[in-house]
Amino acid sequence: MKASVIATDEQKRAKTGAARYRPGVLKYAQMGYWNPDYSPSSTDVLALFRITPQDGVEPEEAAAAVAGESSTATWTVVWTDRLTACDRYRAKAYRVDPVPGSPGQYFAYIAYDLDLFEPGSIANLSASIIGNVFGFKPLRALRLEDMRFPTAYVKTFAGPPTGIVVERERLDKFGRPLLGATVKPKLGLSGKNYGRVVYEALKGGLDFTKDDENINSQPFMHWRDRFLYCMEAVNRAQAATGEVKGHYLNVTAGTLEDMYERAEFAKELGSVIVMIDLVIGYTAIQSMSRWARRNDMILHLHRAGHSTYTRQKIHGVSFRVISKWMRLAGVDHIHAGTVVGKLEGDPNSVQGFYNVLREGRNPQDLQRGIFFEQDWAGLHGVMPVASGGIHAGQMHQLLHYLGEDVVLQFGGGTIGHPMGIAAGATANRVALEAMVLARNEGRDIWREGPEILGTAARGCAPLKAALDVWGEVTFNYASTDTPDFVPTPAVA
Amino acid sequence: MRITQGTFSFLPDLTDEQIASQIEYCLRNGWAVSVEYTDDPHPRNTYWEMFGMPMFDIRDAAGIMTEVSACRKTFPNHYIKVNALDSTRGRESLRLSFIVGRPAAEPGFSLVRQEGPGRSVRYTTRAYATERPEGERY
Repeated sequence: MKASVIATDEQKRAKTGAARYRPGVLKYAQMGYWNPDYSPSSTDVLALFRITPQDGVEPEEAAAAVAGESSTATWTVVWTDRLTACDRYRAKAYRVDPVPGSPGQYFAYIAYDLDLFEPGSIANLSASIIGNVFGFKPLRALRLEDMRFPTAYVKTFAGPPTGIVVERERLDKFGRPLLGATVKPKLGLSGKNYGRVVYEALKGGLDFTKDDENINSQPFMHWRDRFLYCMEAVNRAQAATGEVKGHYLNVTAGTLEDMYERAEFAKELGSVIVMIDLVIGYTAIQSMSRWARRNDMILHLHRAGHSTYTRQKIHGVSFRVISKWMRLAGVDHIHAGTVVGKLEGDPNSVQGFYNVLREGRNPQDLQRGIFFEQDWAGLHGVMPVASGGIHAGQMHQLLHYLGEDVVLQFGGGTIGHPMGIAAGATANRVALEAMVLARNEGRDIWREGPEILGTAARGCAPLKAALDVWGEVTFNYASTDTPDFVPTPAVA
Repeated sequence: MRITQGTFSFLPDLTDEQIASQIEYCLRNGWAVSVEYTDDPHPRNTYWEMFGMPMFDIRDAAGIMTEVSACRKTFPNHYIKVNALDSTRGRESLRLSFIVGRPAAEPGFSLVRQEGPGRSVRYTTRAYATERPEGERY
């Protein structure tokens, strides 16, 4: 059904009584899914969509259609609605604003009654909110930008099994970002060669090494072999340094049963951490979170595949929503962007993701893309992971943008070091500690960063070599996923 | 070997001035500072001995440095660290923890392997120094 160009007030208003349930087709607004007078209750789940209606579709009707298709509606009137408390179960689009600077796009605010959702199930939540509406014809494009979860709903999730604070206590590492590296090349190494990279990197000064997203159990290295060699490397490095070390053993597999088997083996070998990929699905993630909670294991999530739906601004799901879902689902680590590295990431957007993952409460912060206040009601924080094209020469920028509760992962920046892997790790650790020391002393690391690194390098040949090789490498491309609001300069 | 526990172990040993500056940072953030020592540096030895209580009420770095010096004087051959404790809701844990004293010679750790079935190995990390009784190790 194509809407007329200008909807009359009649077409925007909900019909009532018998007229509402006469068989046939009504506009979604007429069915009651657009209600500008509705004031969301403190127990409602709220969603903000960016909608791009087809030509001729009024934004209010498009918003009502999204509310309808993500809650109780179908394309035509059904009398069976009248057997239910349908006024309550109907989601309500209650506000539509034009997107600043983007003609044809609107922000649609939609409120959902809490009883529409099964407690503690991201699968159910996402099946409702993004299950049906994204292919809806009257919309040219649709993006889920943000969500607000009431405390009553947050409390139905156990959240991160370990959390930032407890992870630090278990590792006995405080006051600085953690350091990691992904083993490279990510495919092809034998178990024995792979463990060598782990040993060198951990001995040289990293806290963690990591399997990549697609290292599972391939002909060149079966999973058991990888686990055994990696744990030999982890234990050797612990004895060589006196520090707790870890390797994210990726337990991703074709079935949940295989994943449990691999996770159990990692536990038997004494690993402090296991890893899963986002592509295993929300239910599998929640199952592995339960397993991790039961077994005192840190759970690392690699966000494999997310850019297929998070990157483009007009269609898909924002990563800030994925961050919220994963905090509820319960992971301890999640890759959330670097700002300065090789992968997509506008500084304000990335800081918004980090705040969602780490803070106890998020105030509304439009500049960072956060539309709703969110109280996390005591749910643990998730440690964000910055990975992809970062190096020691950017340490001041990384600390400035990302703060302290983060894992900085230098894969190429460790393994590609001209003096070897251990030297690469040492360069990163020295750069990090020098920068934290200087920051705590009150120095302006944003401006003095290169000088601080230069001074540290005078006593550390590996850092000097790293700065010589990579010091000038930057990835300056325009981001596609940027906030729509810029701060208004204060009146002087 | 050099044990690299703590926030700044990859840097040259901090001078007293640098230590005082870090303590000032902790005090600016409203954290309480404590001093701990041990002669068992196993990576999972969580409970080092407390050199007195956390100094909740000392708000100047000089006062805390006096305690650091006293600990060093009493235990010249132990590991000594300075901790910062944050009582903020949701954190309630350490915010900074760095080594400010260590034995002149650090023999490090041996790794004991117990071979198990299916090529699996049970690992034990043992400090050479802890073969001897507490107080006689370094």
